[in-house]
Parts: sequence; C-alpha cells; structure tokens
Amino acid sequence: MISRWLQSVARHPLLWPVVTLVLLFALDVAHRHDFLAITLLDGHLFGAPIDILNRAAPLVVVSLGMTLVIAVRGIDISVGTVVAIAGAAAAILLAGDPSRVGIALAAALGVGLLAGAWNGLLVALVGMQPIIATLILMVAGRGVAQLLTGGQIIPIGARGYLRLGDGFIAMVPCAIWIALAVVVLTSLLVNRTALGLLVRAIGVNPIAARLVGLRSSAIMFGIYVFCGLTAAIAGILTSSNVRSADGNNAGLLLELDAILAVTLGGTSLAGGRFSLAGTVLGALIIQTLTYTTYSIGVPPEATLVVKAIVVLVVCVIQSDRARDLITGLLTRLSSPLSSTRARTEVQ
Amino acid sequence: MTGPLVLETLGLTKSFPGVHALRNVDFRLYAGEVHTLMGQNGAGKSTLINVLTGVHSHDAGEIRVDGRSVRFAAPLEAEAAGIRTLYQEVNLCPNLSVAENIFAGRQPRRRGAIDWKAIHAGAKEALAQLNISLDVTQSLDTYPIAVQQMVAIARAVSVDARVLILDEPTSSLDDSEVSKLFDVLRNLKQSGIAVLFVTHFLEQTYAISDRITVMRNGEREGEYLAKELPVDELVRKMVGDVPVAAERTRTAAGQGTAAEHSSPRFDMRGVGRRGAVQPIDLTLEPGRIVGLAGLLGSGRTETARLLFGADRADTGTVTVDGKSVKLGSPRHAVKHGIGYCPEDRKKEGIVAALSIRENIVLALQARLGWWRPLGRAKEKRIAEHYMKALGIRARDIEQPIELLSGGNQQKVVLARWLAIDPKMLILDEPTRGIDVAAKFEIMERVMQLCAKGLGILLISSEISEVLRVSDRIAVLRDRRKVAELSGDELDEHAVYRLIAGGEA
Repeated sequence: MISRWLQSVARHPLLWPVVTLVLLFALDVAHRHDFLAITLLDGHLFGAPIDILNRAAPLVVVSLGMTLVIAVRGIDISVGTVVAIAGAAAAILLAGDPSRVGIALAAALGVGLLAGAWNGLLVALVGMQPIIATLILMVAGRGVAQLLTGGQIIPIGARGYLRLGDGFIAMVPCAIWIALAVVVLTSLLVNRTALGLLVRAIGVNPIAARLVGLRSSAIMFGIYVFCGLTAAIAGILTSSNVRSADGNNAGLLLELDAILAVTLGGTSLAGGRFSLAGTVLGALIIQTLTYTTYSIGVPPEATLVVKAIVVLVVCVIQSDRARDLITGLLTRLSSPLSSTRARTEVQ
Repeated sequence: MTGPLVLETLGLTKSFPGVHALRNVDFRLYAGEVHTLMGQNGAGKSTLINVLTGVHSHDAGEIRVDGRSVRFAAPLEAEAAGIRTLYQEVNLCPNLSVAENIFAGRQPRRRGAIDWKAIHAGAKEALAQLNISLDVTQSLDTYPIAVQQMVAIARAVSVDARVLILDEPTSSLDDSEVSKLFDVLRNLKQSGIAVLFVTHFLEQTYAISDRITVMRNGEREGEYLAKELPVDELVRKMVGDVPVAAERTRTAAGQGTAAEHSSPRFDMRGVGRRGAVQPIDLTLEPGRIVGLAGLLGSGRTETARLLFGADRADTGTVTVDGKSVKLGSPRHAVKHGIGYCPEDRKKEGIVAALSIRENIVLALQARLGWWRPLGRAKEKRIAEHYMKALGIRARDIEQPIELLSGGNQQKVVLARWLAIDPKMLILDEPTRGIDVAAKFEIMERVMQLCAKGLGILLISSEISEVLRVSDRIAVLRDRRKVAELSGDELDEHAVYRLIAGGEA
C-alpha cells in the first residue's frame, strides 16, 4: 500500500521540479535564515520570495506560450526578439506622447500577435521546420528592434506604463498579478475548452490527428499567435521594469531560458506530454537559481556553470530511465518482503 | 539441382499474448533453391521470418543451420550465421553513394582512414556478381527503387551469405523490374545461395520458385514442388475450406431496415490520383457492405484514402445522394459522416499516450471544435457506453490505449467513429494483427452496424473475410478496378482468378 503510494509519488511528473525548488529554497535558508521572511513596508510586501516571483514574471509568461508550442512538436526561438520589438514599439509611442499608455500597450500586444501570426504562417501553413521558421524572426526581428530604437536605449517616463513594472496592487507587485492572470487564463483556455486534448493529440500523433478531421494547422497557427502574444506581454513587463526599451539587449537569450523552463517542468520536447504547472515551476527554478548563485556568493563568472550543472542534474533525473531506477529503488526500500517474494517467483 | 540442407526448423512454436503465431512448424531450405513462403495475412509468414532472422526468439522447437542447432538472440547473430534479410522497403540510406551503402558499417581501412579505392572496387565487384554495372559513386536516390533493391541485395550477399530472405521485395516494382530482380535471384541460386522468398503474387511465385511452403493459421499446411502444384490448388491450400454460404443470409435480413434508414448513398465517379490509383467508380449504399479485394499494392488503401480525402484526387467526382461534394480533406469527409479506420492502426489510428476515453471522443471533439468541449462527464458517458457496447476489454476508460491488445485498440478506433454517428465507414484491414476470436467479434459488430443502415467499405487481404460479409466486391489489380461481383458471382475462385490476373 505504502509502496504503491510511494511509487505514484515517484512517478508524479511534478515531483522533481518541486523537489528542486524546495532544495534551492533550503539552500537559501541555510545561508540566510531570514530568506523566507516577508515584510510589510509602506503597504507593500518585500522579501526575497516576492523579489524572485517579481523577476520571474516575464519568463513565466513567455514559457507558457512556449509550452503549448512545444506540445504541438514545435519550438519558437523568436520570443526574445519579440520581447525587444514589443518594448521598442511601446517606448516609441510613449516618447511621442506619455499619456497614450493604452495605445502603447495595444501596439506592443499587436506586435506580438503579428509576430506570432508570421511564425504560425511559416510553420503551420507553409510547413517549414519550426526552428528554421522562427530563426528567421529571431535574427531579422532583432534588426527591426534596433531600427525602431535607432540602436539607442529609449527611456520610458510615462507613469501609467511604469506602474506595470514597479507598481503594487493589494500590496503585491503588478508584474506578479499579470503573470498570475496569464497563468490562470492559459490554464482555463487549455483545460476548460477541448484545446488541451486536441493539442496533446496533435503532439502525440499528428497523422492520426489529421485523420480524425482535426484542423491541426489552424490550431497550430493559433498556438504560435498565442506564443507571440505572451512574448509581447513579457516585453511590456521587461521594458516597464527597467524603464526603457533596449533593442539590442532586451529579451536576449530569453528563448533559451523559456525552453529550459518548459523542459525542467517535465514537458516532453518530442511533443504531446505537457504541463503548465510544471512550466511555472521550471521558470521559478531558473529565477531562484539565479538569485541563489548571487546570494550565496558564487562569483559572477561561475554562475552560468552552476546553472548548467543544476539543469543537467534535473534533466537527467527526469529521464525515463532514471525514473524507472528511482521507482524501483523506492519500491525495494519500502517493501523488502514483497520484492524478495517477487524475485523467488521469477526464479 | 539443389544442394545440401542449409536451414531447417523442427516443431518451431512462437506465441504472442493472445495469439499462437507459429505452431509446430517444420521448414526446410536447401542451398541453390528458391523457396517461396505463401499464406494469407496472419498465416505466420512474418513471424517465421522474424524468428529465423533473430528479431523474435522462438518458444519451442529448434532451428538448425547446417545441421547445428542455433538460437538467435538478435538480428546480428543471424547475420553472422550467414542469414541475410531484405524487407519490403529498401533499408538503405538514400543520401549516401551506392558504394557507401554496400560497405556501410564495415568500411575497409588503410592506416586508419577509410580506403575509398577498395570500397569503390569492392562495390563494383559485388554488383558485377549480380550482373549489374552502376556508377557506384552516385548517391543511391538517383537510381530507381528496383536498382536500390539490387544494391540492397548486393550488400546482403557480398560477405559469406548462405541464405537470403526476401520479404515481399516486389510490391513496389513494375513488371520489367521484377524480371530483372528474378535474373539476379537466379544468379544467386547458381552460386549456391538459398533464397527464401515471400510474396502475395501468385504469378511471380510460379515464375521463380522451385519449392513452395504454404502456411495457414500459424501452421505449415504443406511443402510442395512448384511444378507439381497447380495454382487453384495453391489458393485452396492458402485459404482453407471456408463455409461461405452459411453467412450470406444476413444480407436478406438487413435489406428491410436498410430501406427505412435515411443514410445517403455515396457515389465515386472516375475518382483517381496519378501514381496511386486509376480512375475508379464505386457506389456505397446504406445497409450494404462493399468489399475491396486485391493484393497488397493493388490500390485498395489508395482508393479508401481518396474517398476519405486523406489524399487529394486529381480526377473524378464524389456525390452524396446525387449532390456533388468536395472531399479535399478528412475534415470534409467527416462532415459528411464518413469515418475511416486506417490500415496502420499504430501509426495512423490510435493516439498512443492518450486514454481510451480521449481516443474515443477525439473525432467528435474535433468536429465540435476546440471551443465547444464535451465536458468530462459527457466524455465519460460516451466512452463507457462504447466500452460496453463493443466489449472493449480494459481496466477502465482512463487506461492509455497503447496498453491494450490490437483487437481492443481496433474497437476503440471503431468506437471513435461510431461516436460521430457516421453515415458511412471505411474499414481498412480492420482485423489485421488481431487474434481469431477478436477478429470474428469485430466483423460481427460491423455486420450489426450495417444491418442498422450504415454503409460500409471493407478492405481486407483475407478474401474469405471479404466474401463472408460483403454484398458486392470490387476487385482491384495493378491500381485499377478490374471487376465488380455481386450475388451469385461472389465466389472465392472467381475472386482469386481475377486477383491473379485471369478473367471472371
């Protein structure tokens, strides 16, 4: 009975992301005992956990879009670029007239939709390989962002826009609320409609999905558009948080962090099996890891190596073989009797 | 003419969960002969070959090579013993050169580097032994399939081959290519290699074989000299004595209800696609089963795919109750109430990682669109209903479909289409790879559905099965419809004669 329960825990797809996150937190607490402490200052919450959540917000949002793209056997490596273009678009409009916050937001989101539609067109309708199709926008889009900003960092001063990045609602930073809203909406979209089922069907067996009369390409197109939209939201959060739009560096390598977050969360890169909750945990792991390496004093030049090692370990542990090994080990540990019996039966 | 005994099996037995694939099979293969293995689908030919080549290991019995008892745990071991196999599809790398393909994995080396001179010379020589001369430096895909096949043979026999097994090597070749292949096989025969040949084509069997072994239901029916076995005798031995008349009464019973039902009539007129199937006429009525008979590659599946919109037709029209419709994609076909159970269940039918419930509701949900979910409760009701109605044996509806047996997977795919309340079903090899009991169960369900007014297009390699249930049978040969039989013309021998290339 206990072994059955242990086995199902060991098999649970979210086990390792949760364990990793808990271990990272434990490491932080061991290093600084007040790590988990959250204080109330001027009606705002402050503390390391809040800080991590706040900084992880853009990555969480982008990774959700990436999760669905990967679930239909795709990939979108242009999200970092879309972050830059969306931020640049908003900054330019706000530079003209700081009161046009609504229009700036609409423009940024529109850029995201457009970028997603372009990717969706190439992948779902033209039939290009996703990595190549989105590589085009990744490279060319960076150029567009640089053209828009004229290669300069454009400062943003519009109060309304900046509140998204550094403001608070009900004591909690706006960015966290926005990320939370995207998480909730995405999960409603996937679980309350039939989208989740259809996405998994396309990811697991695209041929069979077509033969049941599914509009696979329309769904894939929509998913790329959605991914572009999440990138644009991340672009708004980022530009608002740093009070400027930087065509060269905004969102740089964000696509890789997003893919990493998706992978850490247990979504299969082969498509089909995906987990939104896992992705959120994955994004939090990445942000916590960054925070931890700085706070425990890993020299800046070594942080990437430390990050790589942690990611490697988590990915290996999540592989099917390692999982079988661990499940077997747990079973044997929890019920030495039944396993010896099983062995004699085999003989 | 024939040499010593090279390969022999005694009482070979192999079973898979639920199926006795081979029972007590004795088989002999002599050096310098071409020995053809005949039998219907599911007769055990592939299993026998898989055991001989180390893909599966046998449960009981013995395999002897040169009189010594052996057991192959892996294909490499069989290869080391000189048993080489060529499968239906050419298993080479099209982007590599001919010479590279012949020597891939065993390249001769000189001082650590690959010795290209030796490779090219060796490849030329290996092909010359088969009386073929090619530019071996060209990449393989510049040559037609037939030549690629010869290259595969050259690779297989170039080092110490004793036995060459060819599993339906001719299904994608045209006549002149086949005769070229046979020349090569005769050459090999002369050099003392034992050739084991598997085919569905009767003519070819007689053109090349010295000896024929017939398999039926996992057992060896008999071994014959080709020249002493007339063709209709061979067909009878493959099929066995099947009581045909007893089942045909169903038609009369079904007719009454069929007329009342409002299912439409589907007409295909001159529907064809270049390279797949010649323009074909076919009519499907409610409450009727139309069988498509023909050998592998005769255009059966291609016809079904055109009707379902899985491939686009170049010519012809499809009408539903006289109204012309466009069936450009499976989605259109589903909209008109057509369902399709594909031949390759694993690759095109089931969605492996999803549960039985999800697999069953998939077509219905696809038709509703993603924004109109059925909801968990309704999905559960539908899945449980069909699980009971079709007798799907599984732990519960949440079990992943990949864990079910072939027969139960097929029932789930069938349930998927029944859930959309179809007007017509296309069943492509619905009973392939399914054990006998489940086979009959599935065909029983199909006939019940038909009696309720559903139109059915049935494709099966098992002529006896098609004969047993069909109201009409369209016979295909060489990607073209050669005849349509109904009523009294529905006779096993007539069908076989037509398939084999004779007149009705």
